[in-house]
Amino acid sequence: MSIPQPSYQGIFQRLQQHLPGAGIAWMSQMRDSALATLQQQGFPDTRMEAWKYTDLRSLGRHLFTPTTANREISTAQLEPWLFDQEPMHRLVFVDGRFAPQLSPLHALSGGVTLTSLAAALERHPAELEHRLGRTLDTQRPGFNAMNTAFLQDGAYLKLERQTVLDLPVHLLFISSGQTEHMATLRNVIMAAPGSAVTVIESWVALGDATCLSNTITEIMLEDNASLEHYKVVQEGDSATHIGDTSVYQQADSRFTSHSITLGGRLVRNDLDVCLDGHGAECALNGLTLTRGRQHVDNHTRIDHQQSHASSREYYKGILDDRSRTVFSGRIKVHPGAQKTTAQQNNHSLLLSADAEADARPQFEIYADDVQCTHGCTVGELDADALFYLRSRALDRESARNLLVYAFAADVLERMQQQPVRHYLEQQLARHLSGATARLQSAAWH
Amino acid sequence: MNTLLRIKNLHVSVEGKAILHGIDLSINAGEVHAIMGPNGSGKSTFAQVLAGREQFEVLQGSIHYAGENLLTLSPEKRARAGIFLAFQYPVEIPGVSNVYLLKTALNAIRKQRGEAELDAMDFLERVKQHTAMMQMDEELLYRSVNAGFSGGEKKRNEILQLLMLEPRLAILDETDSGLDIDALQVVANGVNSLRDDTRAFLLVTHYQRLLDYIRPDFVHVLAAGRLVKSGGPELALELEQRGYSWLKEAAVAATP
Ligand SMILES: Nc1ncnc2c1ncn2[C@@H]1O[C@H](COP(=O)(O)OP(=O)(O)O)[C@@H](O)[C@H]1O
Ligand SMILES: [Mg+2]
Repeated sequence: MSIPQPSYQGIFQRLQQHLPGAGIAWMSQMRDSALATLQQQGFPDTRMEAWKYTDLRSLGRHLFTPTTANREISTAQLEPWLFDQEPMHRLVFVDGRFAPQLSPLHALSGGVTLTSLAAALERHPAELEHRLGRTLDTQRPGFNAMNTAFLQDGAYLKLERQTVLDLPVHLLFISSGQTEHMATLRNVIMAAPGSAVTVIESWVALGDATCLSNTITEIMLEDNASLEHYKVVQEGDSATHIGDTSVYQQADSRFTSHSITLGGRLVRNDLDVCLDGHGAECALNGLTLTRGRQHVDNHTRIDHQQSHASSREYYKGILDDRSRTVFSGRIKVHPGAQKTTAQQNNHSLLLSADAEADARPQFEIYADDVQCTHGCTVGELDADALFYLRSRALDRESARNLLVYAFAADVLERMQQQPVRHYLEQQLARHLSGATARLQSAAWH
Repeated sequence: MNTLLRIKNLHVSVEGKAILHGIDLSINAGEVHAIMGPNGSGKSTFAQVLAGREQFEVLQGSIHYAGENLLTLSPEKRARAGIFLAFQYPVEIPGVSNVYLLKTALNAIRKQRGEAELDAMDFLERVKQHTAMMQMDEELLYRSVNAGFSGGEKKRNEILQLLMLEPRLAILDETDSGLDIDALQVVANGVNSLRDDTRAFLLVTHYQRLLDYIRPDFVHVLAAGRLVKSGGPELALELEQRGYSWLKEAAVAATP
């Protein structure tokens, strides 16, 4: 079950020697076998349940290639993507390649390792040997394999016991606008018992080239560790982003995810959380703003393996033009996972009659003492609310924008990082004023 | 006389169904008119048409407000021109704070009147004063518009907006419904505080009760989409005693 696609064998042979970990036997072996898997499995087609609504045939028409050359980018070019003036640790990757000159790290306290993955492979290969790829979901064989085979770099963050990293870590992934370019990144975050950190991933583009970001973030939270994770996708208008965040949680750990997708022609965000400890908690928030012919697929899966764990999902989408979104929320409560609470909410606002939102909640419950709730709506702007606001002297556009803004804002309100929230509020306002401008020009013609 | 609102032969339909069948009504500045009538007679339709709800289609007739053709104006332009509708069912708007709406509305109206925006201090002082008058918890100002408000809080909130926006023509659609006697008095005090000879009020109500507190100059009965009877305050008392059935029959008989 895969779409027709060109062979990646040639590219692999050409690049193999230039990729990180080329001299490490287990790494080379892993890449070789991943390439074999990629050639064999290919990209999934829509007959695969997990990919039913996301047609990847367009990917098969290109042969995406990772670059081995550094693109010069100035600090000034980063400006639009930075959050206020707040100090943060920052790692910047251009076309999948680490750019140390753009990556100022503030002094790190003891107990924190923050480097590029390539550097970590060089310095502590043994630590990564049994770590890399351990939490990955088997539902996306082709993309996992492709990511492993062509892995360029990524961030490596390791926190020792009880370490709290005060400054957030900002990982900025820039696509410089090269056609048929493939950025292949893998981030690894390991938080030892009692540690805490905030990580923000931004995926941005300088142009609107047809390119592919294939990304995986592996997260391991040990007992009582906590992570607030942001993923902001603002890829270019012709870009494809296939990303996976895999989280493994132990007892009493806390994971909060904010997955915000604003840009990209085709975006798939997989988010898999395995709650494998008593009292572990996860909160998965999502906001998607789409227009034109964008297609955004948020695919979440939560495994409740142990008792007394809780999960909350809150995803919203605002769709304009002919855009399309998919939300899949699979929640599996394994036998013995008693006292599980799981909440899932998914709401879509359609601003255009041609937009389409699909929601697929899936509960599999094999324990009897659990509390699972689920709410899902797809609707247009509330005509009563619009009239109410207009009867209070707000013009039509302001009323509409206010309602859309309010719909989205309650996802952003869940964020702890004010600078990120503020940045996204501005993006949202800009998105809305763009919509207003388009409506007005439509009215003039 | 200074005619504020002049309605002639107004016919209105919604989704192809005729609701109002030729309403004639004139309201002068300084007057309070009450419209009473049974459920489903078209009172809210009438109120919403005045406020500019586009869903209701005006088939025939005219509405002039302060000499201007009201039917060409959008809801927001009507609001800026001084028309205010207190909704029978105030709408909940999650995510938009009450105080933000008040401020935005007030500034839009002030701009139309050629007045400068109120500065934050003056605005706040005024809101607090009116919130106190409506005996509302100030906390409600910072909550989302009407979201999770009790029925009574929603109605008070409508009158709070009315007090802030100081309209020339205020239409109150069953603001009294569901209010206990104390709340009714608070609402009536709010309305009475605005009464003067430049403003007019149109009170839509089921019950004579409200009219004990806000004394109308005229009472009209709307039945099956027609104003079947008009009179002074005594008509409300008569309706209280006799009900609507005697008038309904008259309305049905008049239907062609
Ligand atoms: N949006 C609507 N769609 C269809 N019918 C409506 C709508 N609004 C009102 N009506 C109908 O119009 C008639 C008058 O309703 P309304 O104006 O609400 O009456 P009242 O306020 O006097 O109780 C009723 O028969 C009602 O069902
Ligand atoms: Mg009514």
